[in-house]
Amino acid sequence: MSAAVVAYPPLRRRVVNVAMLTLSGLCTLLVVGVLLTILLYLLWNGAHSLTLHFFTQLPAPVGEPGGGVRNAIIGTLKLLSLATLIGVPIGLLGGIYLSEFAGGWSGFAVRYTTDLLNGVPSVVMGIFVYTLVVLPMHHFSTLAGGIALGIMMIPIALRSTEDFLRAVPRSLREGGLALGASKSETIFTIVIPAAIYGILTGILLDIARVAGETAPLLFTAFGNQYDSPGWLQPTASLPVVIYNYAISPYDSWHQQAWAAGFVLLSGLLAVSVVARLILARGKKLSHG
Amino acid sequence: MARSFSANAVQIRRPDIDRFAHSDAAAERERNQLPWPQFTVADLNFFYGNHQALKNINLIVPNRRVTAFIGPSGCGKTTLLRTFNRMNETVPNTRVEGRIRLGEHDLFSYPVTTLRRVVGMVFQKPAPFPKSIFDNVAYGLRLEHRLNKREMAEKVEQSLRRAALWDEVKDKLHQSANGISGGQQQRLCIARALAVDPEVLLLDEPCSALDPISTAKIEDLLFELKEFCTIVIVTHNMLQAARVADYVGFFLNGELIELNRAKHIFQNPDQQQTQDYITGRFG
Repeated sequence: MSAAVVAYPPLRRRVVNVAMLTLSGLCTLLVVGVLLTILLYLLWNGAHSLTLHFFTQLPAPVGEPGGGVRNAIIGTLKLLSLATLIGVPIGLLGGIYLSEFAGGWSGFAVRYTTDLLNGVPSVVMGIFVYTLVVLPMHHFSTLAGGIALGIMMIPIALRSTEDFLRAVPRSLREGGLALGASKSETIFTIVIPAAIYGILTGILLDIARVAGETAPLLFTAFGNQYDSPGWLQPTASLPVVIYNYAISPYDSWHQQAWAAGFVLLSGLLAVSVVARLILARGKKLSHG
Repeated sequence: MARSFSANAVQIRRPDIDRFAHSDAAAERERNQLPWPQFTVADLNFFYGNHQALKNINLIVPNRRVTAFIGPSGCGKTTLLRTFNRMNETVPNTRVEGRIRLGEHDLFSYPVTTLRRVVGMVFQKPAPFPKSIFDNVAYGLRLEHRLNKREMAEKVEQSLRRAALWDEVKDKLHQSANGISGGQQQRLCIARALAVDPEVLLLDEPCSALDPISTAKIEDLLFELKEFCTIVIVTHNMLQAARVADYVGFFLNGELIELNRAKHIFQNPDQQQTQDYITGRFG
């Protein structure tokens, strides 16, 4: 056998390598491209309406120029706060239970129902909360909308919390137990702090996910041309405003829908970026 | 040899640990130079599901000495070590039969959190908590004691000095414990265990992930620690056992083949199997 001087891999491997690299590169471009296209398209169509007034004024009556979506922006923020207040504690505690305490059978039951809940179509969730909250109260409200979004947040908050807790190495738990900490002391002083950045990231992404939900809000928060004081009135929200304006026959409303879409998407992007930053910071802390 | 930890104290969930470290019993042991049994194990069997990992173990671990458990992988030495502080109970589907005494009392009569403070443990892989160096050492103290700032700082310094780590970390106590080297992390784990004044320190292959220099530092440390602590160390490294141990137990397939003074085991073992293992004929 002659000694192989050239360390090149055989031609076939090089060809496959180049082909796969090109393919995955193209797919990446496609994904990033779609997002950029959407963003630019929204900006292109909505830029005309994106003025300061758009953020500070109430919607103008049909036919009048100008007007804004202040009430929808505030409404979305209120809905999301309420949803977080409802969905996050339940998801968090459920995730802790699943990861740390659940036995084989109960773990399976909780996990399975959570996955089913995650699969419930959002419009069904809207009708459900409509029957549960709106009908007894006889009117639409921020409260009902927040409850609908909150229930939708539970499955993802729960599963992401569980995943991040499970990722905490066994050695850390044993380290705590070996120092005489009880199981719950170990969980609350070591395991959760070690996973906290991941858990926060999961919750932020969860909020971003329900922020764009429209269907459940149609039956619960409904919509409102004016500000909605308190929690028991119908309220406008960005997704519903986009929906209503987009199916309207007026050009000026179409433009406002584009602009509202841009505002919503930018907000979600900002939340995602913050979430990634938090996760990166957590990684940096735990690896020196 | 009367331990101050009497049966009625067992009901107290959080006894003052100083009673263990600086008790009359400790003073009495000072006068009694002869080792007395720290652990007395009788007819111990241990099962992982249907697999029997320990078979009819009978042995005595002398106090304030270094006892090393050696043997090939899967021989049960780590399982026995983890029985001493009941860490095995965190593994589902396990069962233990037989008796173990810690000093004069049944090991299983102690509340498990108390037991684990009296019997500290250091694991194979250094696993500092993702907190600062100071908070790592203070962790065990904060569980039990309301120390003021100064007392806490003193105790942390004392523990780090005992673990021969103080000079290397005194300027970065409040930096992340993940930023120091693997050897330093392992000594930090020892300091963390020492902070609560344990009577016993269990070491589960503490040097297997470390370089020779870090290993030497930890071995040196053991000589000082045995002044106030009983040490049980599991090791794969026969030379390490020869260097640090006063007593050596050799395990094979879940059985204790023999336990004797280290010199005796390495120079003139009673059993042929021990002879074969330490001369490298198997394992």
